Amino acid sequence: MNLLAIIGEALRALRLNRLRTGLTMLGMIIGVAAVVLMLSIGQGAQTTVNQAIASMGSNLFIVLPGATSSGAMRQSSGSAQTLTLGDAQAVTNLPSIKAVAPIITGTAQLNYGANNWSTVVTGVTPDYFKVRNWSTEDGEVFSDTDFRSAARVVVLGQVTAKNLFGDEDPTGKTIRIKKSPFLVTGVLAAKGQSLDGRDQDDSVFIPLTTGQRQIFGSQFPGTIRFMMVQGKSVEVMDEAESEINQLLRQRHRLAEGTDSDFTVRNMAALAAVATGAAKVMSLMLGAIASVSLLVGGIGIMNIMLVSVTERTREIGIRMAIGANRRAILTQFLLEALVICILGGLVGVALGIGGAWAVSRAADMAVVITLGMVGLAFLFASAVGIFFGFYPARKAAALRPVEALRYE
Amino acid sequence: MASVQPDSSAESLIRVENLCKTYSLDNGINGTVNSQVLYDVSLNINRGEFVAIMGHSGSGKSTLMNLLGCLDTPTSGHYWLAGRDVAALPENELARVRNHTIGFVFQGFNLLKRMTALDNVATPLLYAGVGRAESRRRALELLRQTGLGNFAAYQPNQLSGGQQQRVAISRALVNNPQLILADEPTGNLDTQTSGEIMAVFERLNREQGITIVLVTHENDIAAYAHRLVRLKDGRVVHDGGVTA
Repeated sequence: MNLLAIIGEALRALRLNRLRTGLTMLGMIIGVAAVVLMLSIGQGAQTTVNQAIASMGSNLFIVLPGATSSGAMRQSSGSAQTLTLGDAQAVTNLPSIKAVAPIITGTAQLNYGANNWSTVVTGVTPDYFKVRNWSTEDGEVFSDTDFRSAARVVVLGQVTAKNLFGDEDPTGKTIRIKKSPFLVTGVLAAKGQSLDGRDQDDSVFIPLTTGQRQIFGSQFPGTIRFMMVQGKSVEVMDEAESEINQLLRQRHRLAEGTDSDFTVRNMAALAAVATGAAKVMSLMLGAIASVSLLVGGIGIMNIMLVSVTERTREIGIRMAIGANRRAILTQFLLEALVICILGGLVGVALGIGGAWAVSRAADMAVVITLGMVGLAFLFASAVGIFFGFYPARKAAALRPVEALRYE
Repeated sequence: MASVQPDSSAESLIRVENLCKTYSLDNGINGTVNSQVLYDVSLNINRGEFVAIMGHSGSGKSTLMNLLGCLDTPTSGHYWLAGRDVAALPENELARVRNHTIGFVFQGFNLLKRMTALDNVATPLLYAGVGRAESRRRALELLRQTGLGNFAAYQPNQLSGGQQQRVAISRALVNNPQLILADEPTGNLDTQTSGEIMAVFERLNREQGITIVLVTHENDIAAYAHRLVRLKDGRVVHDGGVTA
């Protein structure tokens, strides 16, 4: 008995029952397509999250002021104004710290010519752009000199630049922030969404000193809203955290046992949570899709069982003219496998097509990897062998005499 | 037609001794019921013989045929086919014996549906491991010999009963068997076609020396054979001339 000939017999049997074969295959096609589609959406979500994390900058802490309390009424974290520029500069000198970016923020009206746009104005030091790993697309960010002299200079995010200038080149032009003129030194590269879904490109940056003295004067008398602190490496993050805590408690003269008036948040932990959530979603989508593949497999088993019963006499004839049990088993197993493999191929194609359509229609990131396609395909074949085996064994176990007598 | 006694020096092809077959049926009411169908059947058939097995329905002739064809195994007793003890062979070995040594012709033709005559005839060679081209060549040759050379591409339902039985005979012959087992081969055919089919068997026996064992309940069909074995209630009651 040669395998090639038996494959031929299996294909012939499948061709004889085109509609049934097609419908059984459809179960497989839908299952495989669903797996590919869901995996690609899950993978896309993971990639989006990873990009957002990478755009945040690496090895970051965010140090927020603590909660204020007036009487028994405690307010939200960050509402106190306990962090100062001095704190930030002190943190810079800690051994495990690479850079510190103190930040103040507020909203302001911007004007350029007849255009106006309201957005978040962020006061930062030039180090901010290093910590965030954010470069300019055009022009440059402002310098240390601008920072020290509280110069009226501004760096624009992409979205803001577009809203104020349209197609015009903003670098070297002057815009007005709260009616004061600011020189645009550059436009930042696109950064996309942050983890919390804010559009990071809709923003402008001015020197922190300028902001404190001229724009948000009364709001930040020497204090800052929060600071971003970058550790030297992943390994020293725990060390850096305790150094920051120690230093700030000392500077704020907090007695042993009292609550801190600030909070240090490790962004890596936040990133881990976000990554974990994306992974769980990815797994869940895959699991749901697998159910449809399983249902497809049961469909195959069902049809193969019917087919074995229907073809009992054929099996008897084949046995009488010399087919042994293995030849019968192989033929029926191959029939199931062919359905799965063909269904798998079409399903993969459909899944990729579906992923493309989703990415176009819903503007979602989808990622298709070869491994993913291979996995879906392998899974489909496994389903075929698993669900095809029982009917095939049933066929092979028939006794020739009884099979021949079957009407 | 005169009975031909087998030459005592001739080589034995089929030898069965004390063959018994009991079917166990679970009728669902009073548990397992045993019903014995064959009692101590002993028989010797030499190479080149043409034997008819007769008996009423329920006489056990079909059971004997299935045992001789290695489609079933006896409850007790011995069966030597071409010198080999096949009574206790495992199913895979039996499949090999059926493929290489025996050719079957059935009452209902038992051709594979929606498959051409040529493919039907070539199928045993598929299981014998013969290549496709060689299989088709041999199958076509046999179809020509049985006068169906022009019907190779026809499917069974496009052929008459007589033609279908010729296809079945070609299939039985394709792997050069030593034994042809024919179970009521003319049961579904009219008298004239029956005669033609029997003539084919007779020619195969005479010209090629193929041993033929035929089950029938018609005397005029049995008359083509050279020896008659009559079964009654699972026992051999006559073994000898066809005129008995």
